Amino acid sequence: MLLMNKAMAGSFMPEQGTQIAKQVDNLYGFLLVVSFISCAILIGGMIYFVLKYKRKSAHDKTAYITHDTRLEVLWSAIPLIIFLVVFAWGWVLYHDMRKMPENALEIMVMGRQWSWTAEYKNGVKSSEIVVPVGKDVKLILGSEDVIHSFFVPSFRIKQDAVPGRYTSLWFNATKLGEFHVFCTEYCGTSHAAMITRLKVVTQEEFDKWLIEESEVGLLPIAERGAKYFQTRACASCHNVDNPAAKIGPSLYQRWGKEAHLSNGTTVPFDENYVRESMMLPQAQLAAGFSAPSPMPSYQGQLSESELAAIIEYIKGLN
Amino acid sequence: MGHASGKNYINEEPGLLSWFTSLDHKRIAILYFVSIMFFFLVGGIMALLLRLELFAVNSAPNVGNILKNGDVYNQVLTYHGAVMVFMVIVPGIPAILGNFFLPLQIGAKDVAFPRLNLASWYIFMLGAALAVITFFVAKVDTGWTFYTPYSIRTGGAVVMMVVAAFIMGMSSIVTGLNFIVTVHKLRAPGMSMFRIPLFTWAIYSTAIIQVLATPVLGITLLLLAMERTFGVGIFDPKLGGDPVLFQHFFWFYSHPAVYIMILPAMGVISELITTYSKKTIFGYTAIAFSSIGIAAVSFFVWGHHMFVSGQSEIAGIVFSFLTMLVGVPTAIKMFNWLATLYKGSIEFTAPMLYALGFLFLFAIGGVTGIMLAVTAIDVHFHDTYFVVAHFHYVMVGGTLMAIMGGFFHWFPKMFGKMYSEVGARWSWVFIFIGFNVTFFPQFILGAKGMPRRYFDYVPEYETLNRVSTVGSWLITIGFLIGLYVIVQGLRKGKQAPDNPWGSKTLEWQTSSPPIMHNFDHDPVVTAGPYEYK
Amino acid sequence: MSTSRVVNGVNVASHYRDEKHQYASNKEGIWLFMVTEILMFGGLFVGYIIYHSMYPELFAEGASFLDWRLGFINTLVLIFSSLTMALGIYYNQISQPKKATWALAITLICAATFMVIKYFEYTHKFHIGIFPGAMLNLETLKEHGYNIQHPNLGLYFGFYFCMSGLHGIHVLIGMGLIAWVMIKNMKREFNANYYTPVEGVGIFWHIVDLIWIFLFPLLYLVG
Repeated sequence: MLLMNKAMAGSFMPEQGTQIAKQVDNLYGFLLVVSFISCAILIGGMIYFVLKYKRKSAHDKTAYITHDTRLEVLWSAIPLIIFLVVFAWGWVLYHDMRKMPENALEIMVMGRQWSWTAEYKNGVKSSEIVVPVGKDVKLILGSEDVIHSFFVPSFRIKQDAVPGRYTSLWFNATKLGEFHVFCTEYCGTSHAAMITRLKVVTQEEFDKWLIEESEVGLLPIAERGAKYFQTRACASCHNVDNPAAKIGPSLYQRWGKEAHLSNGTTVPFDENYVRESMMLPQAQLAAGFSAPSPMPSYQGQLSESELAAIIEYIKGLN
Repeated sequence: MGHASGKNYINEEPGLLSWFTSLDHKRIAILYFVSIMFFFLVGGIMALLLRLELFAVNSAPNVGNILKNGDVYNQVLTYHGAVMVFMVIVPGIPAILGNFFLPLQIGAKDVAFPRLNLASWYIFMLGAALAVITFFVAKVDTGWTFYTPYSIRTGGAVVMMVVAAFIMGMSSIVTGLNFIVTVHKLRAPGMSMFRIPLFTWAIYSTAIIQVLATPVLGITLLLLAMERTFGVGIFDPKLGGDPVLFQHFFWFYSHPAVYIMILPAMGVISELITTYSKKTIFGYTAIAFSSIGIAAVSFFVWGHHMFVSGQSEIAGIVFSFLTMLVGVPTAIKMFNWLATLYKGSIEFTAPMLYALGFLFLFAIGGVTGIMLAVTAIDVHFHDTYFVVAHFHYVMVGGTLMAIMGGFFHWFPKMFGKMYSEVGARWSWVFIFIGFNVTFFPQFILGAKGMPRRYFDYVPEYETLNRVSTVGSWLITIGFLIGLYVIVQGLRKGKQAPDNPWGSKTLEWQTSSPPIMHNFDHDPVVTAGPYEYK
Repeated sequence: MSTSRVVNGVNVASHYRDEKHQYASNKEGIWLFMVTEILMFGGLFVGYIIYHSMYPELFAEGASFLDWRLGFINTLVLIFSSLTMALGIYYNQISQPKKATWALAITLICAATFMVIKYFEYTHKFHIGIFPGAMLNLETLKEHGYNIQHPNLGLYFGFYFCMSGLHGIHVLIGMGLIAWVMIKNMKREFNANYYTPVEGVGIFWHIVDLIWIFLFPLLYLVG
């Protein structure tokens, strides 16, 4: 039966990326089996009765049964016992999920409409979350605007990121690979696009990645821009390799051309236009996009040198 | 068969206008019926649009999108939820069937406060009108739950929408208050509390929840309106307020409200199952008390909506435990209905099919509800399509099956005409199958991690979403057939006898349709409601 | 159903057995409505208690802007008005409409006094820059010589204005209702068998007073 549990749960759940995921699936599998049996009793019993006691004539005699105390006690007690068992089982697991490990790798994760930013101890910022395999990782979640929720289906963990306070969650990834991170608390226009990746890599790769990222400052300016374009989540709304619009206009081969605005005027697509679009996204809306623009203001989010690097990168998209 | 005098509540006062000033509970029920069916149509069209949008992944937005962009989708989603919850499912059974049959079932001439009853319809329509106006002034995109701080920061006529919900809440309170007093004070001689039919018991329990929970929603919505207008700071982290407190307040109402939506449905099912099995209900007292039990415990389980909101671990555990306790009376009801079928004489009329459909869907909705009550599993399922599927199974599968079943069951009494049995059964076939095709895949989608309220999704979810959308078309066909059957029944239906189903409850002992004062002679009750011997 | 008949000098709707049956039903309805009022304010009280425990100093600073003497006078005024309201019902029950008119008139005057005092409290606060929530004006407060310790003091006044404002609206509604039963009373519509509206308004008025009796210590004294 336990095997069947695992098979059933496994086929409906995403792959198991942590030990907790396996435990959750076991409980879920148990519940699936119990639910299946109870539905079989209820629905099967119903079908059996309605067929067996189908009306034969208008004058059928029916039994007059008002109640049966023994039966009633039985079908109150059995569900109650099952409920209490799964409740206790769930409690134990929930406790494991909520109890933060000591000496974990701590990463600060900020949610904002509509992207995540992970900040590591050495100052590296990234829109993807990169973690080493087999190590306790604790995410401290915050939000800059509204409530978001950090969800990794493969890890079976989820936690709201609430503005004005910090919440946290932990996991210990057992599988290498890339996993989806979804925002599951409705947060507005591009809620559905607030998706990022969680990469589980080996410890060596992780260390290497951290150093590489912190050395981004030494790269040529346009390459740095390309990095920021990814890590600041510009790429989630703007295409850079084809002219199709995503959530925002494409930046492919736009530099130096005319930018058509929604108020009918045109301005040159130059440094100042791009700068203003990042700082004050509502000021000069591109034609074909309705106000208010979903683009967040990057005022105070990007340093002057980061800004310059991104502009340099956009120049190079021609 | 009509009344000997040829008079009934429909023809006693002439003219269309007389309907809008009538204090008769039966006429007010019809007013509710017409308006709620209209809102159901509106909410249903929105649902179809949402499903259509989700038919395919939009890797290239603005190309072939039904709803253009995330904003439009979110607005349609909000109106689908708000219309269906506040204007269809919450008022649905109490205001239509409850209004019509609660006084009849207890042998009263009317509800306790007929003027208030009419006023509650006008209040409801005022709130509904305000909500509809927001759609044309500035669309709201908060979702029907109005979670802060998003609802403070977003655009749109949120304040107006919130005021609309507040006003509809007032209508709900007034209706509930009216029913409680009616049940307490206006029972016919001999109609003790344990002789009232189970439908009335269910409406009575619902009324208690309406009266006790809705004021808290009222103050919450008022505070939200104040927050948006004056920035009072109570829910705004910028001033030190706590956005999660809003969720506590909101669910303190809205969780009991879930039972406002389902208890009346359970009441309808009890009536249908005894009538079409020609057998007394099994465990009358257990069913009646489980209604009250559910009503009582429902006030202490709100935190199970917030297992991942950052509330303390201990709170999560307590709420999980209490939620398990609500499961027990619900299970009791299911087993009682099953036991009622045993050794009955079961007739497969359309209303009975709907009742059996209810049992089927509610069983699935119930067991998935238990899964969601388990903290560790809810962490994974929270805010995914699993939740969407679960509450549609309970509230749509449950409540709508009961509305349709109850409506066909009482149709001959309400209008004095018979509907086409064959048509009604076909409508059931499409709704039942369509419903499962639409929502069962959503359980799997949710288990696989697809979050709810998503305008677009990652490609691996596409196949199941397609199936789900196709299911929504089947449901539509089912409801269209149902509408046709109703209209044809009203136009050309055969004259209905007073008691076509051989039912024992009081409403069947008067003429079809009933006269203005319900009964020629005040009934005197000498036995329980389901004495099929 | 609109028909009614006269039983013991009272119009009784046809779905009631007699005037006592009708009276008992109406009274239950009124009490149920009062339960909803209490629950509505209950939500506010719970919110207040939560935030008070989160920010006790902020609430103390906020409360220091309230003049407990004005609040106390208002409390006395309302308690006295509850007494006169009760007298208004009593005189109707023993069919002495003239005395009842006086009692109701005094109740109205008390209610008006309450609102006037409230008006002065509010305008004074607006004058020195105290508004609810984000609208609280620290600059104006500074100009008037107040040094604010908590920049988010508006949170307290968010509660203050919501709670006392909602209560004030209830007082205004109460005044309308009292005026309505007073006119009915002057038209001699009530007698020993029929005084349901006066009693209903009375119950409402007592609840409004009761809520104030909780609001006064919470807002003015606890601090």
